[in-house]
Amino acid sequence: MQSTTLILMLVFMSAAAFYFGRRRSLATVGGPGHGSALHSLPGYYGYYVAIWCAIPSLLILLIWLIIEPRLVVAMVIEGLPEAYRTLSEGEINLLVNNIQNLASGDAVSVEVDAALLEAASSFNAYIDRSRDLLAVFALGIAGLGGAIAWRGIHADLRARNRVESVVRWALVAASSIAVLTTIGIVLSVLFEALRFFQKVPITEFLFGLNWSPQTAIRADQVGSSGSFGAVPLFTGTLLITGIAMFVAVPVGLMTAIYLAEYSTRRVRAIAKPLLEVLAGIPTVVYGFFAALTVAPWIRRVGESLGLQVASESALAAGVVMGIMIIPLVSSLSDDAINAVPAAMRDGALGLGSTRSETMTKVILPAALPGIVGGILLAVSRAIGETMIVVMAAGLSANLTANPLEAVTTVTVQIVTLLVGDQEFDSAKTLAAFALGLMLFVVTLGLNVLGLSVVRKYREQYE
Amino acid sequence: MAIEKTTREKVEAGLARRHRKEALFRVVGMLATVVGVLFLGIFFATLVAKGSTAFKQTFVQLDITLEADVLAPGGTLDLGYADFDGLVRSALGKQFPEVTARADRRQLYRLVSVGASYALRDLIEKNPALLGTTQSLWVPASSDVDMLIKGNIDSNVDESLRTLSDQQIGWVTRLAARGRVESRFNKALFTNGDSRDPELAGVKGAVVGSFYMLLVTITLSFPIGVAAAIYLEEFAPRSRLSDLIEVNINNLAAVPSIVFGLLGLAVFIDWMALPRSAPLVGGLVLTLLTLPVIIIASRAAIQAVPPSIREAALGIGASNTQVVVHHVLPLAMPGMLTGAIIGMSRALGESAPLLMIGMVAFIVDVPGSLTDPATALPVQIYLWADSPERAFAERTSAAIIVLLGFLLLMNFAAVVLRKRMERKW
Repeated sequence: MQSTTLILMLVFMSAAAFYFGRRRSLATVGGPGHGSALHSLPGYYGYYVAIWCAIPSLLILLIWLIIEPRLVVAMVIEGLPEAYRTLSEGEINLLVNNIQNLASGDAVSVEVDAALLEAASSFNAYIDRSRDLLAVFALGIAGLGGAIAWRGIHADLRARNRVESVVRWALVAASSIAVLTTIGIVLSVLFEALRFFQKVPITEFLFGLNWSPQTAIRADQVGSSGSFGAVPLFTGTLLITGIAMFVAVPVGLMTAIYLAEYSTRRVRAIAKPLLEVLAGIPTVVYGFFAALTVAPWIRRVGESLGLQVASESALAAGVVMGIMIIPLVSSLSDDAINAVPAAMRDGALGLGSTRSETMTKVILPAALPGIVGGILLAVSRAIGETMIVVMAAGLSANLTANPLEAVTTVTVQIVTLLVGDQEFDSAKTLAAFALGLMLFVVTLGLNVLGLSVVRKYREQYE
Repeated sequence: MAIEKTTREKVEAGLARRHRKEALFRVVGMLATVVGVLFLGIFFATLVAKGSTAFKQTFVQLDITLEADVLAPGGTLDLGYADFDGLVRSALGKQFPEVTARADRRQLYRLVSVGASYALRDLIEKNPALLGTTQSLWVPASSDVDMLIKGNIDSNVDESLRTLSDQQIGWVTRLAARGRVESRFNKALFTNGDSRDPELAGVKGAVVGSFYMLLVTITLSFPIGVAAAIYLEEFAPRSRLSDLIEVNINNLAAVPSIVFGLLGLAVFIDWMALPRSAPLVGGLVLTLLTLPVIIIASRAAIQAVPPSIREAALGIGASNTQVVVHHVLPLAMPGMLTGAIIGMSRALGESAPLLMIGMVAFIVDVPGSLTDPATALPVQIYLWADSPERAFAERTSAAIIVLLGFLLLMNFAAVVLRKRMERKW
């Protein structure tokens, strides 16, 4: 039976359980007129029975669907002829893949022999049987759970409290997903990174000056080991981030000052949403713009000045990234400037300072922690930005500080190492997770620092 | 008379300089604002200038004879093996009977897209009675001809640097003079999946893929996000744990999206063995990505419901859960929905995590279910932007216009929702 049909049937059974639960609760006290004799409203008895019907059965369904593929694959491998069972783990995986493709009628990459065909049909047979069993089991549990709850209904049953505690647990579960996500990120990235550090020493990764992750297929090829010194990636990331901040901080800050202090209400009402549009444009669009408009333009300008400019210069990616970050810097600076008490501003103006003096000598120093916190958040955003650099920055790891040359970044390397099919445990793929770990740790540090600075600063004036 | 200047004189002496500085500061501020807005203008102008031509496609009119002995050699029509290419070629040859040399004829055939034979096949499939007749058909021109007509190929450039030879340009000019070349609305852009041939490539596969992903994302992230927000705002005791959850959510919102891609790769694909390139996995990753956005927006919406509502309901005997379900939730719903739409528009534009889970494959077919291999609209833009053909640059811009159109629509819906449902307490 299809799992969607099964779920639909469960929904239907739960609805029926609700109906019968509600009816029974009223029947126990002698009809709809005597509802007040019940502990809870009749509907709660319905929910109570429905919950007992649906939740155990859904749990069974979930566990079953997680275990089923592994079990079926193990059984199919067991049934294969001797010749196949002595293969290495990788070959077995490939074989299983082919059997699954064969079973679902897709193209396969090996010659199909009788044993494979048989394996595929037994795979299908196992799956069919497993699904039938699951349907019987899940529906049986649903019926049983519903029936027991239904029989247990009496006037003093605290149905509302029970339903509410289930609701409460569901809410707790939902909010713990955020924590689980963080744990999941840390664990998945950490484990793969640790496996990487077993192959490549962590000191070489952190301090090595040479990055060329291509591992050769044959041992006698040149550079067969690959080298994983990530320093050129870190400097490349810093260079592009630096250029981005060089664009975003002055422009964003001055925009915030102008809009807060000088502009008329109408200009503000127009300019602010327009700048926010910049923040809403997908990064892939910025990447396209950087690669096809800004980079060629910078190259042309550079050539007319007699400069050598790489077609994937760090400058193009950095400038476009800076433009992307302008709204972030300007809105965070705006918050910081607005949080400075009006009394300080009025005092400075009252003493005869001009508006620019008030701003540079009183408000900005007072708002500095908030602005710095905002800039930290912006830096973290720039470091983690992927699409712009993937499309507009280079792939070769150059150790240079020249913005006209091509550099590569941590995120670019993660993408290039992981896009396409590779073995999951080669040093090349694992290197991407090590880079991901670095990225996560650094951005997390910046975020925690930035958020706490911003918060502390806000409290200072409240 | 004192030599010493009075304070007033000191101030007045410096006044002009200070006012100059003030004006300068003001101009710099204005310039900064203008730079931001100007960039937005340049951005949209180049986009429209580059992309608007992609909505038109050049078509060539050919008189194609649907010869029965070519299409149905044994008397029966076999669409799989019929030589539609040959028919298109001979129709093209009829336009230029003087071209006989093999190499020249091969050049000539390059003027028409391979889409021509697909169109022919569809025609026959729909109406087999046309067999044996001669039809005057408008078929798509090849992307090089399309570029020529749109003025992107300069015939003054040296011949070896162009994709079209002088001879080919001459043929196109003569076809145009006969009224057989026309620019029409590019329907293929919206009805086709991806293709290696720019003139046949469309965004439909990517749009459908994105739609499936957003479907998964909204069905998971909205209920979970709202539930988490309700717990944190209404039920969570002030404890270490709830503080931890709160800090955690704020930090998750700022984790680079590519890290979520790594999580998806390690957990959903490697560990749970879900299919690569599937909208289901993409949707799951985007769910985790948008969850913080929705939780933060929903919490703000719940905070905006005045406590008096809760107190009134509690006062007449409602339980905490009843207060939330019957009163707080309906009142906070518009704000939550607005947050959800904004979260979805962020998910729609996201591409980096999708690269990690294999949604960058070249996929021609429009996905039909949550587990079919698919790609997403932003990823399609990334793929096309990487293609070397001139014609793909134009289509990339067009795809961006489509994407921005969807985003605009969603944000507009959010604004309207906020305006209409907003309640002032």
